Amino acid sequence: MAVLFSRPQSLTDTPFRYCPGCHHGLAHRLVAEALDELNLREKAVGIASVGCSVYTNEFFNCDTQQAAHGRAPAVATAVKRARPECFVFTYQGDGDLASIGMAETIHAAARGENISIIFINNACYGMTGGQMAPTTLPEQKTTTSPLGREAAREGNPVDMMKLLDALEGPAYLSRVVLTSPGKQAAAKKSILRAFRAQMKGLGFSLVEILSACPSNWRMTPVEALHYVDEVMAKYYPPGEVRVAKEVLEG
Amino acid sequence: MVEIDTERCKGCGLCVEACPRKILALSTEFNKAGHHPAVLLDPDRCIYCLACARLCPDLAITISKEAETV
Repeated sequence: MAVLFSRPQSLTDTPFRYCPGCHHGLAHRLVAEALDELNLREKAVGIASVGCSVYTNEFFNCDTQQAAHGRAPAVATAVKRARPECFVFTYQGDGDLASIGMAETIHAAARGENISIIFINNACYGMTGGQMAPTTLPEQKTTTSPLGREAAREGNPVDMMKLLDALEGPAYLSRVVLTSPGKQAAAKKSILRAFRAQMKGLGFSLVEILSACPSNWRMTPVEALHYVDEVMAKYYPPGEVRVAKEVLEG
Repeated sequence: MVEIDTERCKGCGLCVEACPRKILALSTEFNKAGHHPAVLLDPDRCIYCLACARLCPDLAITISKEAETV
């Protein structure tokens, strides 16, 4: 028997403890497949953030370090500088990366720190019960924007891609969705490019993954899947934002 | 062969949505965690596109095929 599809080696056998239909599992698999393909597992150090993604240390079959809320890029900076031979990636949600960790994210990007960031954007605070996040969409209802987010009342969303694209430091920036096998193939390509950017020493790389949170969006997993494509991807268009030409060479 | 680990499955239904042949469904039975796991209704009609496995957030689906027919 030829196995056509099975669990990547860079994931442990532990069942995911995410809600039904959560895209964290899809993102974990693609990151693990990229680690497998680039043969990075033995020298990889994953930095877990705070939020639902705090569990990543149990799921990625490589060394991991838990960081204080939002400080994953700072911890990753330290690990990469102390052990430059390691491959260092962070796995952060939007409440972590775009809110409390905004300073660490921006400054790591501005310095062009040679680390890779996987940014899971589900437009709310998942673990704590679906409160409004900086990335919450206009008119999106959350537990702390019950009437729907309105610029005059709750403020405007933060588009991390536009923000980071204003800086010199990043070598690779891309936004992806995981809602179909074809889109997952594009997402995998982006993750591989981000990881190769670090392997080549080109500097900061980040892949933003638009991700469904059916529990907090009060939707079925299938409705949430379509919401990502039909609503979220309209406001946050997927695609590569920055590709240093050295990323594509070789 | 499409193997579904019914104890890992959380019954989210994304595989049912992804299947182009519509040969997957959610069981009326419960697994230990209280979810209705996915079941393959008609294995002979499977085209091995892997869409169900790729959309499964819990990696509950493993797909293999006889070597000589791959």
